Formats: sequence, C-alpha cells, structure tokens
Amino acid sequence: MSSADLKRTPLFEEHRRANARLVDFAGWEMPLHYGSQIDEHHHVRRDAGMFDVSHMLVIDVEGAAAREFLRRVLANDVARLTVPGKALYACLLNEAGGVLDDLIVYVLSPQCFRLVVNAATAEKDLAWLISLRDRLADAVELRPRREWAMIAIQGPEARARFWRARETARVATDGLNAFQGVEVAGQFIARTGYTGEDGFEVMSPADEAVALWRDLRALGVAPCGLGARDTLRLEAGMNLYGQDMDESVTPLESGLGWTVDLSSQRDFVGRQALLNRQPLKRLAGLLLVDKGVLRSHQLVRTAHGEGSTTSGGFSPTLDRSIALARVPLSVAAGDAIEVQIRDKWLAAKVVKYPFVRMGKSLVDISPS
Amino acid sequence: MQFPAELRYTDTHEWLRQEGDGTVTVGITWHAQERLGDLVYVENPPRGKAFRKGEECGVVESVKAASDIYAPISGEVVAVNEELTSNPEKINQEPYRAWIFKLRPSDPGELQTLLDAAAYQKLIEAESH
Repeated sequence: MSSADLKRTPLFEEHRRANARLVDFAGWEMPLHYGSQIDEHHHVRRDAGMFDVSHMLVIDVEGAAAREFLRRVLANDVARLTVPGKALYACLLNEAGGVLDDLIVYVLSPQCFRLVVNAATAEKDLAWLISLRDRLADAVELRPRREWAMIAIQGPEARARFWRARETARVATDGLNAFQGVEVAGQFIARTGYTGEDGFEVMSPADEAVALWRDLRALGVAPCGLGARDTLRLEAGMNLYGQDMDESVTPLESGLGWTVDLSSQRDFVGRQALLNRQPLKRLAGLLLVDKGVLRSHQLVRTAHGEGSTTSGGFSPTLDRSIALARVPLSVAAGDAIEVQIRDKWLAAKVVKYPFVRMGKSLVDISPS
Repeated sequence: MQFPAELRYTDTHEWLRQEGDGTVTVGITWHAQERLGDLVYVENPPRGKAFRKGEECGVVESVKAASDIYAPISGEVVAVNEELTSNPEKINQEPYRAWIFKLRPSDPGELQTLLDAAAYQKLIEAESH
C-alpha cells in the first residue's frame, strides 16, 4: 500500500513538521514516534504528552430508544450512567460472546450517547451496530462524527497545561471526575485516557484541534506517537484489541470480566453464550526475569499447562520487559514460569497488573 | 555523519573497523539503529566462539522489534562491549562508537567483499525509494 492510499488526520502536517517517523496503522498514516519513543513515554509519566488519536471513530447514538438499544448491544450496562457525561468502558460482543471491540461510552443526555471505538474496527463496529439497529427496529440514529479530530493529553501536568492553553474551558472541566466528559463550546472534553495517567481527551472540529495541538506544543507538551502509546498502555495493564482479545475469545478470558454486567436480567448480545461458555484461560501479567524482550505470540510454560503471550514489550518505567499472557485458569501471581524467546526458554514470573499507575511501579521486580 | 569513510559496511547494516592489532571492531550503522528505534537489549555473541561470514551471531532488540546481527567476516570473537548490557541506548546515541564485538579474522581476504562508505550510502539511498 503506497503512502498515498493511507488516510491522514487533520494533524498530519503537524506530525510531518515535527519530523515524525510515520507508519501505517489501520490504514492511517500515523506517527510512530518523533525521535525517541522511550523519551516520549517518560515525558507522559513525568510531565505531559499528547497523542493524535483522530483515527479512532466517535459514533453518536441518538433517539428515544438509544438507551435501551445500547443496553441490548453492549456487555456493560449503560443504565449505570446516571450522571451527565459519565462514561463506561465496555465490550461489544458477537452472539458467541466473542469480543468485537472494546470502547468507551458516554451519556450526554437520556437520548444521546457517545461511543469512541478503535480505528481498526471502526467500520466493522458501525456495520454491526447498523445491522442490530435495523433488526431490532429501534428509533435510534447512529451518527459517525468523522469530521472530528481527537487529541489525548496525558500526564500529571496534562490538565494544568490544557487549562493554560484554554483558560475559558477550565470552569466547565475543572470538576470533571475520572471517566466523565462535558461539551464545551463545540468540543467534547473527557477525563479519560489510555496511559494510566490523569489527563483529558479532547474531541473537536479539525481546525480547532490543529490550533490546540500548536498551543500545547508551544507550552512544552511533547507530541507522542504510537510507540509510546503502546508502552504506556501496557504498563497500565490496558488491553489492546486485536492483540489481547479478538472475536475468538470472551471478555472473561481477556481480563475484562469486570466490564461485563450480568447483575440484572438484562438481555444483551452475547449474554447467553457467556453464561454457557466456561472460561478455560485467563489473562495474566508477566515480568521477564532473565534478560531479553517479551513479545506477542510467545509460548508460555507453566506448572498448570501452556499458554501464550498476547502483548509484550519493554517497560521504560520498570526498565524491564513485561507482557500480558493468556494462561490456564489456575496460574496465579507469584508463579515462576518460562517463556520461549527465539529458541530459548527464559525465566519469567506472573505478576498482578497494572504494572504502573500514576507514574509509580506496582511490581516487585526482584526475581523470586 | 552517517557514513564514516574509514569504515567498511555490509548490506545487513553492520559496520567494521580494522584495528592496528589485526582484529576488527563491529557495530551496527546509523541507518540500522534509526530503523529499529530505541534499543533496549543487546545479545552479544559469546566470547571465544567462531563465526562464518554472514552467520547470525547476536541480536539487538528495540522496543518495537528484534534484529539479528550477522558476522561481517569469518573469525573468532575476542571481545564484547559489556557497557551495552546496561546501556543499549548508546547504540542509538553513537552508533559508530558503541561497538558490539571484536573479531580476530580467520580469512583477511574477506575484507575485500565489504562495501565502502560510498557503496553503502548508495545501498541506503536505493532502499528508500
């Protein structure tokens, strides 16, 4: 695929001018890094960094039946969203209980919800939602907001830096709790993120996003690319769709049981399958003890049977290699296991995750 | 400077420097480290082991990917750079100073098969089109 076929966000010229190393991500030409992804990672943990996440898709779900529709369609229950702007992290499942995508859903009003879905699955998700809407014959309008760009500003100084750039937005956003958003002057600002740090994700029309990016850059917020995004989310123990889960596994086998609300009689797509299907594996955190780097799809050997890594990489904060792995149910934190890297079996241990939160390691990195 | 003139190069992006004592020093080029990104781990070839020209003798791993290092000429490994164990990022910072290992060549004639700076530069330019 030549670079001419890739989609570009409204911030593309900013990335080019900042000498970004550009790569194809889900058909978009996106910055992998702007020099050093490790520097960008540290910048987010210690100060403030920003990510162009405009490749993700915002889909508004509107109408008198919007709430009931989403209660049918998502594994988490939007009836729990009782405060304006509050959000849930949820899975979209197929009829077999397999994960089609993970997403965030905000309630804007009783008749309007906002979904943010992954770039690689956006068209699949939209088609799925349309087919469900048509089948269930609900008075629901599905509105993809393709005209919007999105910037994630993350780090201990992220919100402060945003308020310096946009003083007038402070009064509306100062009181936002985590996982809550608000509409301000044609933008949607949410206290959410994919890094394990505090911060905002700002959705806005293209020209406003460009202006915001430039103003934040002038205030010292570091542009950060997909490389840092991946190391940050892995440290924070956050799943990546397509790696840690896909349509062949259920949320229960992916560390996402907590996002599935089975507490009521609510019928939702995939519910029956989840109740019938016993999980045989679970997702666990790994810390490599021997020297090397964990990656995806490496074989894992435990006292209870085999498994494999789903996401792996290097943790700049821990200065160690970490991974998420799908392993037999009885594998527990503290277990010593082995991972096959190239042709050698290297020592690793199972640890609880997240590995890092608010800049601090949560992991005991001693070998035993 | 990305193509120091006094070095020799391979098409697998190693550089080689001939030392006064007959050994050669080997590392990876600016182009190699730039493509890999931030390096986090170097698996050195074992001291005392002999390799044939073109044989896999070690690995450099970045956050994004692992990449094999190939022996540019045949020989026995006589030294490895211990500094890289705790500071692999030195290769990103100074790829032509952060050497990886030294060989005692078993067939000095093989040195003729390596690329000079101009030929390596042409290779890089051709690769990026």
